[in-house]
Formats: sequence, structure tokens, C-alpha cells
Amino acid sequence: MNSVHDIGGTDGFGPIHRETGDSVFHEPWESRVFGMSMLGAGLAPIPLDARRHQLERLSPVQYISSTYYERWLARIDAALVEAGTLTRDEIDKRMQMFAAQPDLPISRREDPLRAQGIGNILRAGRSAARKIRQQPRFAAGDKVVTRNLNPHGHTRLPRYARGRRGVIVAHHGAHVFPDSNAHGLGENPQHLYTVRIAMRELWGDSAEANENLLIDLWESYLERDKTAATSRALKNPSARKKVVAKTLPPAVVRSLARSRRGLGKTIRRSR
Amino acid sequence: MSDHESDQGGHHPRPLSSAALRAKAIESLLVEKGLLASDAIDRVVEIYEKDVGPLNGAKVVARAWCDPGYKRRLLDHGTAAIAELGFGGLQGEHVVVVENTPKVHNVVCCTLCSCYPWPVLGLPPTWYKSLAYRSRIVREPRAVLRELGLELPESVEIRVWDSSAEIRYMVLPQQPAATANMTEAELASLVTRDSLIGVARVEAH
Amino acid sequence: MNGVHDIGGMDGFGPIHREANEPVFHEDWESRVFTMFVTGAGLPPVTGYDGARHRLERLDPVKYLSSSYYERFLAGMESALIETGTVRLDEIEARIRQLAAKPDLPMPRREDPAVAANISALFRAGNPASRKIRQKPRFAAGDKVLTRNLNPHGHTRLPRYARGKSGVIVAHHGAHVFPDSNAHGLGENPQHLYTVRIAMRELWGDSAEVNESVLIDLWESYLEKDKASTKSRAQKNTGARKKVAEKTLPRAAKVQARTASAKRSLAQQPPSPTLTSAGVAGRAKTGRTRAERGSAGGGRGSGRTTRRNR
Repeated sequence: MNSVHDIGGTDGFGPIHRETGDSVFHEPWESRVFGMSMLGAGLAPIPLDARRHQLERLSPVQYISSTYYERWLARIDAALVEAGTLTRDEIDKRMQMFAAQPDLPISRREDPLRAQGIGNILRAGRSAARKIRQQPRFAAGDKVVTRNLNPHGHTRLPRYARGRRGVIVAHHGAHVFPDSNAHGLGENPQHLYTVRIAMRELWGDSAEANENLLIDLWESYLERDKTAATSRALKNPSARKKVVAKTLPPAVVRSLARSRRGLGKTIRRSR
Repeated sequence: MSDHESDQGGHHPRPLSSAALRAKAIESLLVEKGLLASDAIDRVVEIYEKDVGPLNGAKVVARAWCDPGYKRRLLDHGTAAIAELGFGGLQGEHVVVVENTPKVHNVVCCTLCSCYPWPVLGLPPTWYKSLAYRSRIVREPRAVLRELGLELPESVEIRVWDSSAEIRYMVLPQQPAATANMTEAELASLVTRDSLIGVARVEAH
Repeated sequence: MNGVHDIGGMDGFGPIHREANEPVFHEDWESRVFTMFVTGAGLPPVTGYDGARHRLERLDPVKYLSSSYYERFLAGMESALIETGTVRLDEIEARIRQLAAKPDLPMPRREDPAVAANISALFRAGNPASRKIRQKPRFAAGDKVLTRNLNPHGHTRLPRYARGKSGVIVAHHGAHVFPDSNAHGLGENPQHLYTVRIAMRELWGDSAEVNESVLIDLWESYLEKDKASTKSRAQKNTGARKKVAEKTLPRAAKVQARTASAKRSLAQQPPSPTLTSAGVAGRAKTGRTRAERGSAGGGRGSGRTTRRNR
């Protein structure tokens, strides 16, 4: 979604202020919001992609005028009310109570098993990598163009990086696809690549010199760069063969070589 | 907007901000309804205030500086190499370590939100999550780094890593000259969070 | 500047609220602000509306997005008055406090009957942005163009959503004051202005609605010839192209015109990494743009050539 969160390249946010001190949380309430979020905040579990998208759907003014944890708090608050777990009235009344008596402690409920278990869960993490049957379409060295996708839903292809030419520098196997997973449409994992895009390609003549962006993009965000392909194929069929041979299993390389189409032709010619 | 309790008389604690009140209200309601456990919240906070932090990343870097074999493993398979030192977990499932050299300087960001390698760096500082950093670092990194105190000539290539997927990036900074004889522990004490993000060099002190 | 004002294509701003029988101004103060803004009250006229627009763009993003339309004008005006030293911030704040304490305090008045009498004439005359310039237009209706990927930190009227897109020139408006320059007091530097049609699909990809286009007015330095289209057109139509060239000019003039127009277009174009002397020579060999053919044949010739090509 093209909302204000997609902020790469936007002007006007001024100098970067650096706080002094090393405290992780600036206010105690921030740490409680963080902790509650990590524990699911009493909400039905949804994937991280969906949680990110909920933040993106905060109103633009709220998004840019809130601090980081104010956004997390706004997300939880809205989600709890929407789910009917808490009512707006309940929350307001409780806020008034604490405003009247700021020293009033929060009631506690102890769950030692949960407290111990959460450490293990955090330590294990949750990998987004998945095995899929489809072969990767691209390989390191391939010239690609990022597509001009403008979904109203969740995506991880930022506006500043759409319709740009770049080069594949790494293939990470397949990962859960956020554009789908954020909307409860399934994980639909796709091959994930790191793509290098020159700063000049992003920003034109006013870009600083000798700089590159490296960004991780799913296969459906990318197309082969047709304008580059022809010249490369003419210049470097043997290099291409090496890259292909490295990334694909030998059986696949042989079967491609046998077919009369696409890569097969290039490999055959260089033999 | 802060909510002031008016005339309660006697001792006046600092009035709670609206956010603080809302956070307290939600926590207390969820705990009362049995949907959250207080000690579990405490434990999460403790993990991220104490157990994880940039000291982890500093140890990884110091090991790489001292052990060329480890460095090779770290650059080839970041997650596994970091796990050798006992670090790993949420938001560090797919770590790639990128090496700074005299010719190449790496800096990490997340323009779309705040992605950051928690197990080796802890939680990101406010400036990393700020709209100012997110918007500007991919547009004019050399100018931004200069503002943050790091001057890089144009002959040094700058690579900005926008963490748009679940791959998490950490910079392997250059080891400062004049530290060749330091122990691994001494080296680790030199490595700052800023140098692991890529907005500073490591200084020999 | 890539400010939050550059909002074409942004999501998240919700439904469009429409007020029945909306008054021109919702509050009196809005009408005062409008008037002060439009008459450039107290401000040096050098940068005109371009400078005023840019000032709005430079408002703090939160302020910009959370303000109403006239609140932005007010904030923009205030920042201009302070920047130019016309009024100081502490003066404004002191006056605000004064008025807050005594809302019925009468506004000071200063009468200037000559200015007041002239106002409606001023509004009727307006402030045309068109200018005469010597350079010939580079493009003509029907030309395929590519909008450049310009990302200035200063003022521009090429929105982010329309950069690096292919489109077609649909009209040429002569030369107009160039905002990117004028907004910063760097002079009017007028350039040829064109209306360009860009297909919605070109802007937004597959998720665009069908059968739609955007028409947007863009200055010449925002545009490049769309080489991709030109090549395919030339490849498809070399025979036709050659015939047209042969029809329009005698042989000797053609050769002379080729070198002259190549030199002229080199002088006209802004510096571009894709423009090399080899490229220019190549273009002169394979064919000239409509503008070049026209200009080689003389001013009136361009019109005739264009019509004939259709």
C-alpha cells in the first residue's frame, strides 16, 4: 500500500536526532507495550506480515505524528476494540481511573510456565524460509527490472524501488510471501533475491556518486531486464553458463540443454 | 496531550501521558481477563533490556577479527556462525553479515518499518526507526553519514541495505589499525552498535 | 522536493468527504488569510506563487498533513514573514497572547483607497506565466516522450508518481515561467511547456483501472524523447521515414540541416549521461525529430512537416 510508511526518499523530515544514553525503552509504558505485543496482546494470532500491515493502515497523520511505540500501542488498541475483546468505553474508563490515581498499581497475574516458555519461543525465532518445488527464475548476475506494482494491500516493494533496473546478487531460497500472507491468503512462498540497484538508477542525476542500494525482493516483484539481456548474451555466453551451472542442479542443466528453448540454446552454443 | 489529575492535594506524582495511561489501561484489563500474564511481560522486557544487545554483535565481530576461519564462516553463513557463539532467535533467523573494506562501506536500514537483527544488536535505537533516517539514508547516504559523524570520500562505494524481507543485516566493521595485539575481549569492548549498523567506524580509543 | 505534499497515488487518506452547500470560507480568518496570501502581503514579489508553493511544501510534514487548507496557507505565510524578517516570531506570539486575552480587541485598520480600487483590475488582469523565448520547442504533438527521473530537493512540478514514465505530447503551450528555478529566486528561465498524456497502466501497473490516462503539464527539461519507441518506429518505418525526409528538403540542405540540427539539439538539451557525441551523430544519421526537421526547413516548415507526417 502506498501509505506514508513507505518513506524511502521522502524529503522534509529534517536532521536525524540521536538520543543520548543507551536505554532500550525511554518510558516504562513503552516496555509494557513491547512485552504485550510480543505475547500477542490478547489477540488472535496473526502473522507478522499482517501486524506490519495494520501499522501501515494507521491514518497518515497518526503514523507520522506518533512515536514508534505509540504506533504499536495504537495498533493493539484498535485491534482489541475491533475484535471485541475490549470496548472503547472500558479502555476510556480505566484510563480515567489511572489518571485520577497514577500510583495505583496494575493488577498482576502470574504464569510461571508462560514466563519461562516465552524465552524459549523468542530464542527459537520463526524462520520465513520454505521449500518449494518451483525452480528459481533468476540467478546471481542476472539483470532484472523491478515491476511497477502498486497494490492497495501489503507489499515489501517500496515505491522508490519500482520500475528500476538492477542485478541479482544473491538467491535466498523461497520465503513466505508477505503480500499474500498479510491478508490471510496463505504463505505462498516465492524465491527471494537480493538485488543491487545503482543510486543513480533510483534518483537520477542528483544521486550521490558511487553508491548502490541492496534490497531483498521476491520473484514476482521482478522481471528480466530485456534491454540488457540481449547485449549480455552476445557478450558473455560462457559466464552465463557458469552462473547457470552453479545455481541449478546438474540434472536440470542437462535437461535444459536438451530443450531447444531459452537457456538451452545459449548453453548449446557455447559448447 | 497529558492528562493532569486536578486537585488531589498532597503528593503529586508526575502526570501520566495519554500513551502511558492507555498502556496501563490495556495491560490491566487484559491481565484481569486472563489474557496476559504479568510475569511473562516482565520476562520479555528483561530479555530485551538485558539478555540481547549490541554486546552480542561486538563479540561476533571480535571473534571474526581474531579468527580468519570464523570470519569466512560468518560472511558465508551468518546465522550459523552467530549461533556458534550462542546467539540467535527472533528477528535473527536469516542473518547476513556484510564486510566493510577500504573500498566498500555498508550501512543498514529499513525504510518500510524498523527491521533490525535483534539477537546480535538488541532492539533498534529511536533514530534508526525515525522517519528522518528511513527517508534519507536511501536517498543521500554519504550526506547522512557525514551528519552522523562519518566522513567517507567518493572513492569509497557506499552500499545501503534496505531490509525489506526477513533477511537481517549486520556490518562487519574494519578492525582499526593499532589494535592488532588486543585480546578478543578487548576488541569486543571497542565495537559499538553504530559501527554494526554502519553509521560509524570502530575506533581504537 | 519529495515532500509529503507530493501525494499523487498515496493510500491511507480515506474517503473523500463532501460538504453540502460548502461556503467559500468556513471561518472569517480563512478569508483574511486567503486575501493576504493571494496579494502577497508584506512579501517580496521575487518568487511569486512558485516560491509560495514551495514554502508550503517545506512545512513540517506533520503540520502539512494535519492542517486544513487555509491553516497551511497561514503557516506558509507566517514562515515567509519570519524568514524575510518582516515580522518576528516573538511579535506574532505576543500579539496572539494579546488577542487571546481580549478577543474583542479591534483590528487596526489602514486605508489605501488606490490599492483597494485597483484590486478587481488586478484580479482580472491576473498574472500570466507565458513568456516568449527564442529557443524552438524540442517536442511537438504526437511525440513519444519519457518523463525524467528528477529528484530535486528544491521545488519541482514533476510529481514522483509521474517520473520515468512514457507518454505522448498532446499539446504545446509555448514557453512558461519555470517553477524549479523561479521558486528559488533564480530567475524565471521560461521553458516550453507541454501537456503529456500518460496511460494509467503506465503509472500504476497491472492494478490500474482500465481505459484511463493522466494529462499533465510538464516543462521541456522534465522530458526526454522516448528512445525505445523511436527505435521501434524507425525500425518499422525506415522506408516511410526516408520518403518523408526526401519530400521535405533538397538533398544538399538535408546534409547541412543534419549537422546543424544535431549541434542545436545538443545545445538545447540539459546534460544527460545518455547523451554522447556518438549518440548525437547516430541520431543525425538515422533521422531527425519532427522539431529538427521543421526547424531545418524554417519556422513555418515545422507546421507543414508535422501535418504531412500524419
